[in-house]
Amino acid sequence: MLKINALHKSYAIGESSLHVLKGIDLSVETGEMVAIMGSSGSGKSTLLNIIGMLDVADSGDYILDGLPIEALTEKKAAVYRNKFLGFIFQSFNLINYKNALENVALPLYYQGLNRKKRQELALFHLEKVGLTNWSGHLPKELSGGQKQRVAIARALAANPKLLLADEPTGALDTKTSHEIMAFIQQLNDEGKTILMVTHEEDIAGMCKRIVRLRDGVIIEDKKVNQVRASQYV
Amino acid sequence: MFDADLWREIIQSINKNRTRSLLSGFTIAFAILLFTILFGVANGLQNTFNATFADDAINLISIYTGRTSKANNGLQAGRRIRLKNEDFDYIEKEFDTKIQHITGRVNRSVQASFGVETNSYPLRAVHPEHQFLEKTIMLKGRYINQNDIVNRTKVAVIGRLVEEDLFLDKDPIGAYISLNKVPYRVVGVFRDDGGDNEERIVYTPVSTAQRIYGNNEYLNQIKIGYDPKMDYNEALAFGNTLKGKLKKRFNVAKNDQRAVRVRNRAEAARNANLISVSLSIIILVIGLGTLIAGIVGISNIMIFIVKERTKEIGIRKALGASPKSIVTIILTETIVITAIAGYIGLLIGVAVLKLATPILEDYFIKDPGVSNTLVLGATMSLILAGAIAGYIPAKKASKIKPIIALRND
Repeated sequence: MLKINALHKSYAIGESSLHVLKGIDLSVETGEMVAIMGSSGSGKSTLLNIIGMLDVADSGDYILDGLPIEALTEKKAAVYRNKFLGFIFQSFNLINYKNALENVALPLYYQGLNRKKRQELALFHLEKVGLTNWSGHLPKELSGGQKQRVAIARALAANPKLLLADEPTGALDTKTSHEIMAFIQQLNDEGKTILMVTHEEDIAGMCKRIVRLRDGVIIEDKKVNQVRASQYV
Repeated sequence: MFDADLWREIIQSINKNRTRSLLSGFTIAFAILLFTILFGVANGLQNTFNATFADDAINLISIYTGRTSKANNGLQAGRRIRLKNEDFDYIEKEFDTKIQHITGRVNRSVQASFGVETNSYPLRAVHPEHQFLEKTIMLKGRYINQNDIVNRTKVAVIGRLVEEDLFLDKDPIGAYISLNKVPYRVVGVFRDDGGDNEERIVYTPVSTAQRIYGNNEYLNQIKIGYDPKMDYNEALAFGNTLKGKLKKRFNVAKNDQRAVRVRNRAEAARNANLISVSLSIIILVIGLGTLIAGIVGISNIMIFIVKERTKEIGIRKALGASPKSIVTIILTETIVITAIAGYIGLLIGVAVLKLATPILEDYFIKDPGVSNTLVLGATMSLILAGAIAGYIPAKKASKIKPIIALRND
């Protein structure tokens, strides 16, 4: 599904440069649910951004679903993001003047589907996250958990191969966090590959595999026994 | 090329971000409003100016005579100099190549009556070419012609207001009016841009007047339209030569300023032209200035809008928006707002000018207004400017890295 080899990334900070990723090797199989952990500055978000094609590595190989991802033009990166990847952010990143349904339909717009098809698919995914009745509401009229569920529906709408989540529960209270995690686990059960960045141990424990980063290198990569979030709900 | 989805996106974006849209719309509407009003007023000034100088031909030289103020060649001062037909013939022959039109003129005041209506008017007895020098515009019938001069016919060409005064609703052409009790056949009615006084005048053939008023060959003045191909300096030189030759002809001292007077329009024309050109430059500067202010305004707002939308653009890009689609959406939005707001500003501006026209006329601003072409041009250039002003930030926005845009705040 995903294969990374000797990935390096540094950022220029004034005169000096900060070496953030110092040779990452990682491979993820279809159907896995991986937590990338690490303290702030460990490079976990940078890694996720490179996987998400939101950022480019300095060197190293990255193969996604058999496609080598390198030297992409902006246009091509946009197409790949749209086709392969679904994003879930800590701060939801919904477009505030669009209602729930329109937010979910947006990736489909960029896929070039017609309006009727978009509405249909968006409604289907909203139903999946249990927000059918909220389709006409603007983000500001939704609770944090609801917003994240809209964001998940949006990430799922384009039927991506890989779901990337950056601290998906970071802005939520414990109860809502568990609800969202239960939902993400359910998606994984249905076969979606999921990669998430978190710094919360209990959230990481709800994944099937934990990759720990420190100072730009992987210090631990182990499979864990998944804790089901549904037991807390 | 009509993309319903794109337009839906744009209309939603404009509609849901009303403050932003109104703010940018207001700037543009205001710029166009100012442009229209300033340009209109400046145009009005130019109209007033043109109207003031539109009365007579600008390539005009008038010759008058008076009494000599200095003794010359044994002749005493105080001698009366009078222009005659032979002087007219002399000038016409001597300066043939430099003269476009020439006319003699006899001035009288006459009591004109038709039926019971009577009034007194200035009479100008002229040659046919007087029409071009005075810029007389015929409304009905004809002007004095050469046949009238040769046959000393008793025909009259009357001003529009003379017709109004004497003929009321009757057709004057072919009717006989009496001028100081002598019947003349009316052959034409004219109008003149020089104002009401210029339209209360009666023209008759110069030869007829000379026969009737004293049976002499005297002329009150001779008017010449010099060849318009001459530049100002040539025209001034021509005037001076003319003056010199006439002084010699009448045996007048060279430094005698009263006996032979030559008034040359060339000098006034040069000044008038200068003012006209400066007015045009001022108008141009005003127009360009307002447009540039408008363009700067739009640019600022576009930069602000793109900044405000950075996050949205990041989200869109993360969801698979191509850079081109980002540029398209921002640019189209700008153009739509610019076009609509520009049009509104224009309508208000034109309305204000229309309403203010009567007031402005008191301040010597005539027919303030902007031509359709100019208005269209201004709107187009603002739309174009909006597009350019929008394009640079839009292009920049399309290059925003989604991770920067999406960084948690």
